[in-house]
Amino acid sequence: MDALEAFRRETRAWLDANCPAEMRTPVSGDDDICWGGRNFVFKSEAQKVWLTRMAARGWTVPGWPKEYGGGGLSHEEVKVLKEEMRAIGARSPLESFGIWMLGPALLAFGSEAQKQEHLPRIARGEIRWCQGYSEPNAGSDLASLQTRAEDAGDHFVVTGSKIWTSYADKADMIFCLVRTDFSAPKHLGISFLLFDMTWAGVSTKPILLISGKSPFCETFFDGVTVPKANLVGTLNRGWDIAKYLLTHEREMIGGGGGGLLGGRSPGQVAANEIGTDGEGKLADAFLRADVARAEVDALAFAATMARYKDEAASGGKGVGDRSAVLKYYGTELNKRRHELLMRAAGHEGLEWEGARSNDGERPRGWLRTKANSIEGGTSEVMLDIVAKRLLQLPNA
Amino acid sequence: MLVLNDDQVMLQDAARGFVSEKAPVAALRKIRDEKVTDGFDRDLWRSMAEMGWTGVLVPEDQGGLGFGFVGAGVICEEMGRTLTASPFLSTAMMAATALSRAGSPAQKERWLPAIVAGEAVIAAAVDEGRRHDPAGTAMRAERHGNGFRLSGTKTYVVDGQAADAVLVAARTAGAAGETGGLSLFLVETGTKGLSSERLSTLDSRGAAELTFDGVEVTADAVVGEVDDGFPLLEVVLGAGRAGLAAELSGNAQESFGRTMAYLRERKQFGRTIGAFQALQHRAAHLFCEVEVARSAVLAALQALDTDPAGASLAVSVAKSKASSVARLAAQEAVQMHGGIGMTDAIDIGLFMKRMQVASTLYGDADFHADRVARARGF
Repeated sequence: MDALEAFRRETRAWLDANCPAEMRTPVSGDDDICWGGRNFVFKSEAQKVWLTRMAARGWTVPGWPKEYGGGGLSHEEVKVLKEEMRAIGARSPLESFGIWMLGPALLAFGSEAQKQEHLPRIARGEIRWCQGYSEPNAGSDLASLQTRAEDAGDHFVVTGSKIWTSYADKADMIFCLVRTDFSAPKHLGISFLLFDMTWAGVSTKPILLISGKSPFCETFFDGVTVPKANLVGTLNRGWDIAKYLLTHEREMIGGGGGGLLGGRSPGQVAANEIGTDGEGKLADAFLRADVARAEVDALAFAATMARYKDEAASGGKGVGDRSAVLKYYGTELNKRRHELLMRAAGHEGLEWEGARSNDGERPRGWLRTKANSIEGGTSEVMLDIVAKRLLQLPNA
Repeated sequence: MLVLNDDQVMLQDAARGFVSEKAPVAALRKIRDEKVTDGFDRDLWRSMAEMGWTGVLVPEDQGGLGFGFVGAGVICEEMGRTLTASPFLSTAMMAATALSRAGSPAQKERWLPAIVAGEAVIAAAVDEGRRHDPAGTAMRAERHGNGFRLSGTKTYVVDGQAADAVLVAARTAGAAGETGGLSLFLVETGTKGLSSERLSTLDSRGAAELTFDGVEVTADAVVGEVDDGFPLLEVVLGAGRAGLAAELSGNAQESFGRTMAYLRERKQFGRTIGAFQALQHRAAHLFCEVEVARSAVLAALQALDTDPAGASLAVSVAKSKASSVARLAAQEAVQMHGGIGMTDAIDIGLFMKRMQVASTLYGDADFHADRVARARGF
């Protein structure tokens, strides 16, 4: 038996013994996810136990080095862990922007002290992070951001505002892009700072979206004092970190398109809701054909995510600019998936409030996906990246 | 791991070098312009045998290389890039799969060494009408003495015009539409009562319509189980579908690559047309689609190597996706080339024609999307 197979057996046995039964059921929505953080209220004892046990093994971030709270697993071992978790329907013990975005950036660009301070706390779910990137006048053109950090000797004074800050009102800390040189070309005057959302001068205001929910905030900085030790990487070279982090964000957002694989496909949902003919085929031929094509694309896309990760692992580097492919394709696919779910729902997809629709879960979810091809870089920006960086087409 | 291993990368490099030197697109033009009846060049096929390609799916203990479906797919992909005409799909993939897995000792001894040596061409005769529908096979094989008597017509038999023998699906029981009652036979093309009409096809490779007029064969001609040939037929078709999907992926990559080269070179309105965002976004979208098709193809080939009988979902995803993406690539290639793309002088139209044939064979994008839906429970 090879080492990987032995690891699989141990993992299976450990998961079986340690994953609480309640954590083997699908999450019912955003508020059923464990996000961690100082103020996080566990929804159940099982949710807390599951996080504690997984964090103790470093398995909330299985691929990170052990000295920073990770599991120290190889790419292949991480895949085995994920497969075994999927096999028993185990939930992810912890989701966070710290895991998806800041952690990889700190591993690549952080000082030893910053890694020691922040990574284990992310791994244990003690600190919840948010991302200070977009500004009211810096959306797709992110590098034109104007939030300023003035040099005040041993610290910076940060003034400005951010927008579309996901869960800023629930976050403990922020990783934030600020302008530290106004005379340099726009990409060369940006720095990457970490600071606490409870510090004086920080305030947030949730933004009501078309879904009726407020996952995003406006975030204001009014002369916030940030020690210079909280600068990540080199002064004025924060754009390098920003781009690196964005590749992880795009890979993560694109992964949402694989949602067709995780849960039931729209085809199965529709067959259940609309009914089937004598052959077991969804009794709406137009919808069935469209869902079938989406299913083909979703399965082929899942293979693409796996291939890119495998290629990156065997080449010893990240997915890089190809994250734009994943982000573009995955988010467009997820929008299609929700359009299909709405077609399947018919009149039942029109209720906004009320118990029978779980307060309009389906239409609100459908509306939420419209942001998928905007957040983290629009589909058009992704296509620009593919055209310019991957295909090397000329500039206008 | 969804990546090629070192051996597979070496095979890919060797295949790319071989086809670009020995079988570039110009070789297909020659076959077309000289109206080569076989639809391929027999000298080239012997050279492929010398490279070991004919034995890529024949196990080592039966005289082959045992390189597996990923290896075979890598070769198909490279041939797709150069539109190389050869009986690789029919003989080295489909017939080799049938015989090495289910052939009798006598059949293996008679045919596998000949396939590996590049001396035998064996075509698969499955379809009978305009739609691919293996379960709909109506051709009869009635028991006759110790053997069978075959009657019916098979159409669009790939390489049938050049074949030494045909692997034919016929009904020994049941009715058209049922998966039970099918049997596979290996029939030499010189057998009395078997006639062949060559079809001239838009990819210049040709095909055959075969008429079986009471063709008598002995029980030794059966490959696999009598009345229960459908599972074997599915594995054989799986090999063909995956090979075509890999070829279509190569076809799409090449017509895409040629289009990108054109966008970087062609000037209008005082600038390189590749600088126009309208074309950049179309190109970028197409690149994403080509990437996704490539992944689906590799996943299918690996699934076939793991478990041929359990790979049908992955194979259908690959055939459906590669068929529709190669179609998009061909359409975009012609459009972005503009008027020159409509001319016979450049090769883009040849990629479109072969795409139409390869995407239609053994189930088009819709046929395989339907199979994916069934497999996924709707």
